[in-house]
Amino acid sequence: MAAISREEVAHLARLSRLAVTEEELDRFAGQLDVILQSVARVGEVAADDIPPTSHSVPLTNVYRDDVPAPSLTQDEALSGAPDAFEGRFRVPQILAEED
Amino acid sequence: MTTTALNSYEDAVSRYEPVIGLETHVELGTATKMFCGCRTEFGGEPNTQVCPVCLGLPGALPVANRAGIEATIRIGLALNCDIASWCRMARKNYFYPDMPKNFQTSQYDEPLCTEGYVDVVVGGKDYRIGIERVHLEEDTGKSLHVGGATGRIHGATESLVDYNRAGIPLVEIVTKPVPGLGALAPEVAKAYVAELRDIIRSLGVSDVRMEQGSLRCDVNTSLNKPGEEWGTRTETKNVNSLRSVERAVRSEIIRQSTLLDEGTRIFQETRHFQETTGDTRPGRSKETATDYRYFPEPDLVPIAPDPAWVAELKAALPEKPSSKRARLREDWGISEIDMESVANAGAVELIEETIAAGSSPAGARKWWMGELARRANETGVDLAAVGATPAQVAALQKLVDDGKLNDKLARQVLEGVVAGEGDPAAVMAARGLEVVSDTGALTAAVDEAIAANPDIAAKIRDGKVAAAGALVGAVMKTTRGQADAKTVRELILERLGAV
Repeated sequence: MAAISREEVAHLARLSRLAVTEEELDRFAGQLDVILQSVARVGEVAADDIPPTSHSVPLTNVYRDDVPAPSLTQDEALSGAPDAFEGRFRVPQILAEED
Repeated sequence: MTTTALNSYEDAVSRYEPVIGLETHVELGTATKMFCGCRTEFGGEPNTQVCPVCLGLPGALPVANRAGIEATIRIGLALNCDIASWCRMARKNYFYPDMPKNFQTSQYDEPLCTEGYVDVVVGGKDYRIGIERVHLEEDTGKSLHVGGATGRIHGATESLVDYNRAGIPLVEIVTKPVPGLGALAPEVAKAYVAELRDIIRSLGVSDVRMEQGSLRCDVNTSLNKPGEEWGTRTETKNVNSLRSVERAVRSEIIRQSTLLDEGTRIFQETRHFQETTGDTRPGRSKETATDYRYFPEPDLVPIAPDPAWVAELKAALPEKPSSKRARLREDWGISEIDMESVANAGAVELIEETIAAGSSPAGARKWWMGELARRANETGVDLAAVGATPAQVAALQKLVDDGKLNDKLARQVLEGVVAGEGDPAAVMAARGLEVVSDTGALTAAVDEAIAANPDIAAKIRDGKVAAAGALVGAVMKTTRGQADAKTVRELILERLGAV
């Protein structure tokens, strides 16, 4: 049984606003399935007394003081943007009709 | 769209029971953003308070702002919450240009604060609003929608984004569902937001200005018939004043009850409050919770507040607004019902500051709860944004106390102050509204009135002092209301030898 279905891949692609062709769906579903099955093997050895790991280093409470640091200039901030207008990032229409 | 006439509110709440819930976002007043050192000041040129972290550039790593963590814990403590001994930030994934990282750093199943409550008083009765959670997250960027006819999101052909606001710490406070309020649901909702605002303001962690967006409220409303299960809720956004909180709940109750009567299902949806009409319109359909694919933020280490630190923060909490109100009520010598009106009008601090600026308690309360409250209500703004400051109101009252303004003139001066014409003394001078205190001018006006009304004057000379009112009226007319009626009366009686 596959760990991820073709439909789930299509759903994730839609959430990520990625245009994925039918042929790519087949290919990615297969690839993601291999990755997920590999990761799932961790679950086979994890006992109940081992909490899931979210952080690989045993640190807590790493904070900085509330002191301003220099920001980028507007030109620097927009330098990597595909499009900009009057100091702002220009992006295509966000919502189509009654999305 | 429905073509049926809407139910009346009274009819709706007589047959349906509302359940409300509120989600409030508070922008913290830290000097820098939550996960980077960019400044948070409002009004900078677009994209000048941004850096690789808040722009989500590859390789940038966030570090949490201690002041943001501390403020969140203090809010939790002030709302009677338990503080988590260990919790993590989470990534809330969604693809929308207001967040350049494609996720918002937030908290999911491990909020920093849980299980609190806020007590409010409405109509002399106590209501306890349960707090489900208080969590920390970051604000999003600001989008400008262009190309559409109205500048709104629908119909826009493109959007222009400014990320200065992206990454500013936001605290989200979520209530438990509140049933059993009946017809009072809108008022309790408003009282809760007012109380929450006062509590947070007392902590000094945010300026909590609804009209500027540093306190934003989403209102959830559902209806059910008595004895039945709770209905499907809608979430109303864009509720930007205390008055709008009340109106939003009220209009949702009316709208939903009308649909339910028709047998139409209520959809779980996001709606937008319309300030001009006071009703709600459908908004964008929402990706469901599981679609956000939350997972623990790997780039930020867990938060494990030291219990000693939490205890210290708890011990240092300021006086509760409710205790403060009880104390002020004593000082001002007013009834509990009057104090409740003051609190629900959002006038406690304004009156307090007016008194601190030199006014009598009665004078301060009179202006804020009278003329200014009426004006705020008419124009649909919160009292604090009505256009007069406590210092100006205190100065106005002083002019009255000094006899330079009578009540009628003072109202006109206040009108000028609210219209932005300057401080009371300046408005009084510019509009020529000062009470005529020049006895010579006043005596001339009195003599004129006596000469013009010999019959009335004769009556007064005969001891019928009640007739003086007609002459006072005549003098007030010639001085265009700028005389002190009491002084005029005394002067008339004196001139006619009736004292």
